[in-house]
Amino acid sequence: MTSTENIAQGIILLGAILLIVTYLTWLERKFAARLQSRIGPYWVGRPHGWLQPIADALKLLIKEDITPSKSDRFLFNLAPVWVVVTSLLGFAFLPLTASWVLVNIDLGLLYFSAIGSLIVIGIFIAGWASNNKYALISALRAAAQVVAYEVPLLLSLLVPAVFAGSLDFQDIIRAQDGHWFILFPVVGQISFLTFLLAALAEGNRIPFDLSEAESELVAGFNVEYSGMKFAYFYLAEYVHLLAASLLVSILFLGGPLGPFFSGGVWVAIKTLLVFLGVLWIRWSFLRVRIDQLMMLNWKVLTPLTLVNLLLAGLWVSLNG
Amino acid sequence: MVSYINLLLFFCIVLLFAVGTLILAKLIRYQDPNFDPIKIQPYECGEDPVGDAWIRFSISFYLIALIFVLFDVEVAFLFPWILSLSKLGLLAFIEMLIFLSILFLGWLYAFKKGDLRWERQ
Repeated sequence: MTSTENIAQGIILLGAILLIVTYLTWLERKFAARLQSRIGPYWVGRPHGWLQPIADALKLLIKEDITPSKSDRFLFNLAPVWVVVTSLLGFAFLPLTASWVLVNIDLGLLYFSAIGSLIVIGIFIAGWASNNKYALISALRAAAQVVAYEVPLLLSLLVPAVFAGSLDFQDIIRAQDGHWFILFPVVGQISFLTFLLAALAEGNRIPFDLSEAESELVAGFNVEYSGMKFAYFYLAEYVHLLAASLLVSILFLGGPLGPFFSGGVWVAIKTLLVFLGVLWIRWSFLRVRIDQLMMLNWKVLTPLTLVNLLLAGLWVSLNG
Repeated sequence: MVSYINLLLFFCIVLLFAVGTLILAKLIRYQDPNFDPIKIQPYECGEDPVGDAWIRFSISFYLIALIFVLFDVEVAFLFPWILSLSKLGLLAFIEMLIFLSILFLGWLYAFKKGDLRWERQ
């Protein structure tokens, strides 16, 4: 593949992600509205407000931008760029069809998890640079939470890699031919559920959205941001969530494999279903307290995922 | 090697997009002609901000970071183990079991000492 071709593919991938994420915000608002017996966005682009996300993006683009007087200007401007770049970079490794992936390396899973955990540094920079008390508390919570849930996240994400004996996404998909890893008795289901929980905590989603707790911290680390810089945090959150849904569909649900045919359509369907599941959780549950959050992590999820990974290892070393 | 150059190219594209959109926004966004300095005060629910936000914070956050480093190093050891498990068989599994049992003792110690509890005096 020539580098010109690769640049073109990269631009197309970036554009596709941005378009999909823009419409995922619309989907979330519509879905939430339906769950609460409302209609949701309707007037901007009738019917059903299909131009609403474009209008939102334009509004944020031309909105007045404010940098608080006491903030650290350089870090304040660095943080939004950091979160957007790190959240988008993860997509380079994820296979979107059975054969197409932008950056094809045999350590895809390792790279993906390394880049995925960089995002919290941007969130912490944002909270610290704002010099705002709400933002600082939120940034501390986000850092502690993401760092803590990194452990069960990695441990449950390694279970498919143990079964496949590889960190290459293509190998992991190939190993699921015939039986998806979620169907593997007990071990598969436990790692699927713990991964989903840890991914929710990593993405700061309800029931673990302590860093954005509107009722106590107004909006969290992005309270001082406005205009396009605020939009970047919003974008990064959804890109991260989309990447997590995609990762679930690849690692546990067989990715492009499926009945009747196999290909990118199955990836899209599975990712969308996982994404809707996450939204459903968001609009159904309440926020946990921080001590409950930490207890769940250190006393339940970490030992559980560790034992689960050992069980998977035992099975592989006996049968592999 | 080519793959890593591709990654670098994608990084440049994403960075260009992120910085470029910010510059675009700077060029076309609304600028308030009669700017009030009170607008750029740190937000504190409408009150004048009291003191600085750059203060010391609870030790609990440091403990979380410490325990995280411990477990993360352990996960780093698991990566090569996973790749060679099917070739090395039961022996590799037992060795990892011994290693993780030692780590588990450390976890048990932290649990007993109450370092995993969030609320403390």
